[in-house]
Amino acid sequence: MIRNVEQPDTSPRSPRSRMQDYLAASARAIPPSGIRRFFDLVSASKDSSIISLGVGEPDFVTPWRYRDAAVYSLEKGKTQYTSNAGMPELREAIAHYLHDRFELSYDPADEILVTVGGSEAIDLAIRALIEPGDEILIPEPTYLPYNPISSLSGGVPVGIETFAKDQFKLTADSLKAAITPRSKVLVLCYPSNPTGAIMSYEDLLPIAKLVEENDLIVIADEIYAELTYGPRHVSFATLPGMKDRTIVVSGFSKAFAMTGWRMGYACGHPELISAMLKIHQYTVMCAPIMGQVAALEALTNGMEEMARMIESYNQRRRLVVQGFRQIGLECHEPQGAFYAFPSIASTGLSSEEFASRLLLEAKVAAVPGYVFGRGGEGFIRCSYATSVTQLTEALDRIGDFLNKLR
Amino acid sequence: MNELKSKILDLLKEDARLSASTIATMLGSTEAEVSAAIDEMEKDHVIVKYAAVVNWSKVDDEKVTALIEVECSPERGRGFESIAERIYLYPEVKSVYLMSGAYDLCVEIDGKNLKEVASFVSNKLSTIESVISTKTFFILKKYKQDGIIFEEFEDDHRLLISP
Repeated sequence: MIRNVEQPDTSPRSPRSRMQDYLAASARAIPPSGIRRFFDLVSASKDSSIISLGVGEPDFVTPWRYRDAAVYSLEKGKTQYTSNAGMPELREAIAHYLHDRFELSYDPADEILVTVGGSEAIDLAIRALIEPGDEILIPEPTYLPYNPISSLSGGVPVGIETFAKDQFKLTADSLKAAITPRSKVLVLCYPSNPTGAIMSYEDLLPIAKLVEENDLIVIADEIYAELTYGPRHVSFATLPGMKDRTIVVSGFSKAFAMTGWRMGYACGHPELISAMLKIHQYTVMCAPIMGQVAALEALTNGMEEMARMIESYNQRRRLVVQGFRQIGLECHEPQGAFYAFPSIASTGLSSEEFASRLLLEAKVAAVPGYVFGRGGEGFIRCSYATSVTQLTEALDRIGDFLNKLR
Repeated sequence: MNELKSKILDLLKEDARLSASTIATMLGSTEAEVSAAIDEMEKDHVIVKYAAVVNWSKVDDEKVTALIEVECSPERGRGFESIAERIYLYPEVKSVYLMSGAYDLCVEIDGKNLKEVASFVSNKLSTIESVISTKTFFILKKYKQDGIIFEEFEDDHRLLISP
């Protein structure tokens, strides 16, 4: 019997008229980053008198000790791939460090994965968890990538607005209201970029209860964990029953002043980590060895240097918060990260207008709050990881600018 | 020393022109407390002077600085104190340290030129009775002094805006 074989379609395909047409719909659908647009605006002005409070990285250069360790290892010819999950000594050191500092216990053998920055860890976690139609709950205003990366996997990002009156903490009520039967993942980025908010054990308990009841998985982006200025950071994985439900994402960029090295890691249940490891080995193979060497040195000998930097951020935090209040901008007290998030609502301007005019008229760059999602409108993000002299000058300029507006 | 005082010193060491009110804000203290602590440290000579750190090589090409190792015999009852005093009272002497190891006093001295320094060593220093020997080392270039690096490099390579 002759089978009825389907004939291949030989009709000419309609030619794609623009390069755009070649793009996957998911890539096309990602909105351009608002922060990028503002970056272009600032860069285009080429004015060296601009003081930027828009920088999301430490103003410290990586301590020489870690740089030297990397240089030395290069001289020794350490230029190869490492094991996919990262050098065993480094994973070991991360395990000790997390235990000492945050009471977390992870097995370096199969619960820790070294990644190319915390960013890769976020990407891997979302790709390993999200399927088309899955909802991912994201408290906002927030750091940007969770939303577009979820969309790439066909996930549905669900922003949950947080408010200055709650110090931008995620409340159980608003989480509850956002949960649906399709909810799968909750992102917790505390200490928060951009608000500087932190969540205490008591704040997290009711969240953990909801996570349990609704069978959610949490991606806890704890990259700013070391940078708190009062109560120590509480890792979500330390809450009762939450270790297996949490992927902790962190890295060396902020607390160790190592942004350009792109060194991060993820910790979690072995089955989750092994899925992430599969993607990791096909995409990047392993994190760069020189970064891993420097990171190992940072964990081994870097605590004192880190304490010094944290103290310095704290001093500048006080200066900036008081400064904003003195010039008449309401500013909730940020207790973590290195950002202040003052309200500019009293000026009647949108955050975009305010930031653009501040840039052009007062030569100070700050990031308009709307780029960080729901609840960001009406605020600007100001990084205080910049010198005291520059901060004082920036505050003076913002003060003068406000006086002109009034 | 209490914690407030040592934190104030850390800040002033970096920038002696910070006002008491700025320091108070940065340390979460009050202006009155900070001023009182500073007054006290000035009185106790903990804070000796508020002086600019100058990179003289940019100002005066002629000036030379030398480190001199001085070996001397201590005096009964007073050790090295009076010898040190005889040396440090000269205005051209910038610093004097009592050292452990191969020699006794380390003397840092400024002069207009090599000749001037040499003449100080032979006429003033070597003639002190208890001085046994001296070795003079001229400083060719200062890279770092009191924790401050003199080389100028662009220190902020960051993008103006980043997420």
